[in-house]
Amino acid sequence: MKEPSTVENAVEFWRWQEYQRIMPGKSWKSKDLITAGVDVGSVGSKAAIMVNGEAYSWGIIRTGSNSPESATKALDYALKGTGLKISDLKYIVGTGYGRVNVPMANKAITEIACHAKGANYIWGPSVRTVLDVGGQDIKAIRIDETGRVVSFLMNDKCAAGTGRGMEVFADLLKIPIEDIGGISLKVDQEPPPVSCTCVAFAKTEAMGLLRKGWSKEKVLAAYTRAMAVRMANLINRVGLEKELVITGGQSKNIGIVSRIEVVLGVKCLPMPNWRDNGLDPMVAGALGAALFGKALYEKAQKS
Amino acid sequence: MITLGMDLGTQKIKVIILKDNVVASRGEAFSGFDPTKAAEQAVDDALKQAGIKISDIAYVVATGSNMDMAPYAKSTVSMMGADAKAGCYLFPKARTIIDIGAEEARAVKCDERCSMTDFVVNERCAAGAGAFIESMARALEVKLEDMGPLSLKAERASPINASCVIFGESDVVSLIHRQESKPEIARAVFDAMADRVSSMVHRLGVNPEVVLVGGVARDVGFVASLNRKLGVNVLIPDYPDFSGALGAALTASSRAKEPQK
Repeated sequence: MKEPSTVENAVEFWRWQEYQRIMPGKSWKSKDLITAGVDVGSVGSKAAIMVNGEAYSWGIIRTGSNSPESATKALDYALKGTGLKISDLKYIVGTGYGRVNVPMANKAITEIACHAKGANYIWGPSVRTVLDVGGQDIKAIRIDETGRVVSFLMNDKCAAGTGRGMEVFADLLKIPIEDIGGISLKVDQEPPPVSCTCVAFAKTEAMGLLRKGWSKEKVLAAYTRAMAVRMANLINRVGLEKELVITGGQSKNIGIVSRIEVVLGVKCLPMPNWRDNGLDPMVAGALGAALFGKALYEKAQKS
Repeated sequence: MITLGMDLGTQKIKVIILKDNVVASRGEAFSGFDPTKAAEQAVDDALKQAGIKISDIAYVVATGSNMDMAPYAKSTVSMMGADAKAGCYLFPKARTIIDIGAEEARAVKCDERCSMTDFVVNERCAAGAGAFIESMARALEVKLEDMGPLSLKAERASPINASCVIFGESDVVSLIHRQESKPEIARAVFDAMADRVSSMVHRLGVNPEVVLVGGVARDVGFVASLNRKLGVNVLIPDYPDFSGALGAALTASSRAKEPQK
């Protein structure tokens, strides 16, 4: 019996772009209060530098198998070309799935609190509901006008409907992960959602549909729809209050965002133009962590 | 009388040819992208080994999750029905049959006539099926077939998240970084799965003779964990992964005898 030959991918379609940004027109002086947040997620590691509580630079890399190393790499990336050294950072907060493994952090804070704070920073005080969709997590968070967490729900038992499934699809259908959302919208009619969103089964599920003669677009639409329904259910359970925003890697997936809006019947606040010097919702957790860093440093100075 | 049963599983296709209800040959193939074509190959293989032609076969029955794509099949039988038929053909006193494949786990209860009377299924979640062991083996960087023997060397189990394959993978990676031993992690993987399976079986009631079939039955690590959880030693046939095909072939035999409608 012969093992079916797997096609060697010259391109790894699931790979999303790592990048670094220094906000234009911003600078730092030695008397400034400079803090950092490092958000080590299951798939992406994000680090953000803030100068007096204003976003200054950030870096996003893929998380490797070693969390402390990924944290260090992400922070180095955020510092690159800024002239700053780690010793210039007054306070560093670690967050995310690997938050206890951020070696340089003065303190670890949950990503729930950090995403809430970060969303409040990015979109302002009108945000009341934050949906954070990362590589393995979906969190629906209710917040007040100051960005404090009121209540939250997350998928603690099952990874269905998270970004990891999208990576599987990108590889299987040979579509760059950044294009998946747009392509999923290229259907004349929305197909019924797939019945199963288990990440481990994503491949067989998709193969079954392709075999039935479904187009790539239709397969993606059905899967994306099912993911959006799961996320919308989580939001409804925590209680939807306007304004709604989406953070985390999947906030960049237009197929997910637009379907959540349809299912919930609510528009999200517009996505900042992160490609063109706007803030990146994927960095919300790291920005929130850096803000906590500033508050914690100021508190320590006072006492 | 010659009959043929085929089981079109998510990962592999298994074929059995019966001559007067005794196994004459077996064939198998990976399901791949085209299960129909793969099934034709597996049937060809079995025919060659038995030294017969497809026209010699009186009746063909298909089962498995892709049964609607089966070639040659005159009818189909549910996977639970096939489990019941095969389990009590192999072990006449058995009344509970556990079948664990790549993507599904089932527990089936049957009566003395080998008819299915009740069942519990775990589907739509990989955490209770063979896919769970496969993913964990990948995370541990251990060959799938080495997982079982490795786990038997452990004295205790390290705790892992067993509710989801994806979360379990992350747990395994963290355990490796904490330098937990591989045998203990492997043991945890099997204990976690056995927990899920035994709770399924308990919903049906444990009868003293319990049969374990499906590809996962070949894994000594899983069997050891399951025996501990159930408190009985499960019975395992020689070709546990062919039991679906066997059940289908047995069903073909009884259907061939029925008067043609």
